[in-house]
Amino acid sequence: MSLPNDYLEYPKRGHGMDHDRYTWSMLKDRPAVTWPNGARVALWVVTQLQWFPLDMKPAIPVPAGMARPYPDSWNYTLRDYGNRIGVYRIFKVLDKLGIRSSVAINSALAEMYPYLLEQVVARDWEVIANGLDMGHPHHGDMDSQEEAALIKGVLETLRSISGQAVRGWLSPIRSESMNTPDLAAAEGIEYLCDWANDDMPYPFETASGTILNMPHTMELDDQQILITLRHTEQEYVDQLKDQFDCLYAESESSGGRIMAINLNPWVTGQAYRIKALEGALSYIMSHDGVWSATGAEILDAYKAQG
Amino acid sequence: MAMTREPGLYDYSPMLDRPKITWPNGARVAFWVAPNIEFYELDPPQNPGRRPWPKPHPDVVPHSHRDYGNRAGFWRMMGVMEEYGVRGSVSLNVAMCQHHPEIIEACSALDWEFFSHGVYNTRYTYTMTEAQERAMMEDVIKTIKDCTGQDTDGWLAPALSYTTNTFELLAEYGIKYTCDLFHDDQPQPVKTKSGRLISVPYSLEMNDTVVLSMMGKSSRHYTEILKANFDQLYEEGAENGQVMCIPLHPFLIGQPHRIGNFAEVLEYITGHDKVWVTTGREIAAHYYEHHYDDVVAALAANRGNQA
Repeated sequence: MSLPNDYLEYPKRGHGMDHDRYTWSMLKDRPAVTWPNGARVALWVVTQLQWFPLDMKPAIPVPAGMARPYPDSWNYTLRDYGNRIGVYRIFKVLDKLGIRSSVAINSALAEMYPYLLEQVVARDWEVIANGLDMGHPHHGDMDSQEEAALIKGVLETLRSISGQAVRGWLSPIRSESMNTPDLAAAEGIEYLCDWANDDMPYPFETASGTILNMPHTMELDDQQILITLRHTEQEYVDQLKDQFDCLYAESESSGGRIMAINLNPWVTGQAYRIKALEGALSYIMSHDGVWSATGAEILDAYKAQG
Repeated sequence: MAMTREPGLYDYSPMLDRPKITWPNGARVAFWVAPNIEFYELDPPQNPGRRPWPKPHPDVVPHSHRDYGNRAGFWRMMGVMEEYGVRGSVSLNVAMCQHHPEIIEACSALDWEFFSHGVYNTRYTYTMTEAQERAMMEDVIKTIKDCTGQDTDGWLAPALSYTTNTFELLAEYGIKYTCDLFHDDQPQPVKTKSGRLISVPYSLEMNDTVVLSMMGKSSRHYTEILKANFDQLYEEGAENGQVMCIPLHPFLIGQPHRIGNFAEVLEYITGHDKVWVTTGREIAAHYYEHHYDDVVAALAANRGNQA
């Protein structure tokens, strides 16, 4: 099989990016950001509440999905453990430490377990849209009308049940089509959480205007560290502390930083892991100048800088 | 395509009974750091040898993770290297000269070396005709010269993708060293029909992608691996000079939770007396000047013994 000669042609080989979603910008050149009350680090905890349906047939592979023959009780019930047990351990730890979380939730789960979303809303935590369910990841071959209807339905459901504006969007497994940002922005989404290319928010262009991408963490996701990479709980804690120490030190010269932590209750909410999480969060909260905030609060503080 | 059972690029040469390699000032280990400064396209064309991204485009997570290196990670990595006086030998996707010249200028200001890592890390050499591979190599050599004023002395194939012509063409184009052979901890002659070519150890097992992503080790474990590898080579280097490279990717090593650990490694290694902190180009030049002929002669004599 031979390679066509246009494989050696590069029409987008010019200054900046090879697409128009965002401009090329180096973190070190940007103006320093200040947080409320002179905080040095905004702590942004995102708790993911997800439903992995027993009959899911995702168009692209979904980690932690139904990997075994139907009916896969093993994977279904272990994921569901997070929504029954794990998340309540996380609530307890976060409440104790005075940490408020953003909650990225599948709309189908919000409908199935209304009690869960009531707990979130009662805490005055933020609801972020996390798609329909884990069987419906967005992807590059997706029909755009189908995707538009999906996003519209997800946001209608979550806004109706939570009573919140629902300003943030996190795609299931952070997977997008070329249209996802346009379609989400058209439904009033103000920030995306999918792109893992920065430590700070940055402007993201859509057909419905400029929104922001927030620095939701991929590297420090509990599933990434503990399940995909199979690190120990101590290594998980070390990474969270090392991350915080670097950002806290940088904030002295470079302005406010954001420390994002992503929690999957079926992972960190396990009985043998919850104390590790509590230890890491206690370490962070023991520092002066740590501002526990939701994504929308960080977004507003960032936007207020002009 | 006719396949062969072994690469045919070098003779068997066990680590015992070799000519002694010496480094400047009696150093035991030539130590170099090779940051891969890369550009990954969001929607690249397909190559029959490899899909650029596992998922239909845009594959947001792996793409944006790599983009992090240029926006944020590079600057942390560069700062730590500067602090410990380590010049980088940049494995460069040369399209970076067009996309992000600010990064090239920052490397140049610190007198770093640039060598070739192809045009983009999403364009592979697999299935290229000889004419296509020549066109790619000529593009790379010209771009590095035009953008940085440097000659392209070193080569690491883009995303480690090859044809059966690759090494022959490198020698023909005057490339002095390849980073693509992982068979040794010392430079070695590479057998080509024309010209001269050597391999310089790139220590692939020390690569952050290999240890952190493929092997899934934690950052602190990576620190232990790098120190242990150095300690062993430093010990062996008392008898015969060794090479250790740390091949890096700013999107991994430049993450906030890793950068302090990387600083600890550079502090440890550069804190030893008999270390030559250098670049790929300088290792190759020293080897050609002082050792190449002796090693080639010893290999030829050894072949005679085996016949």
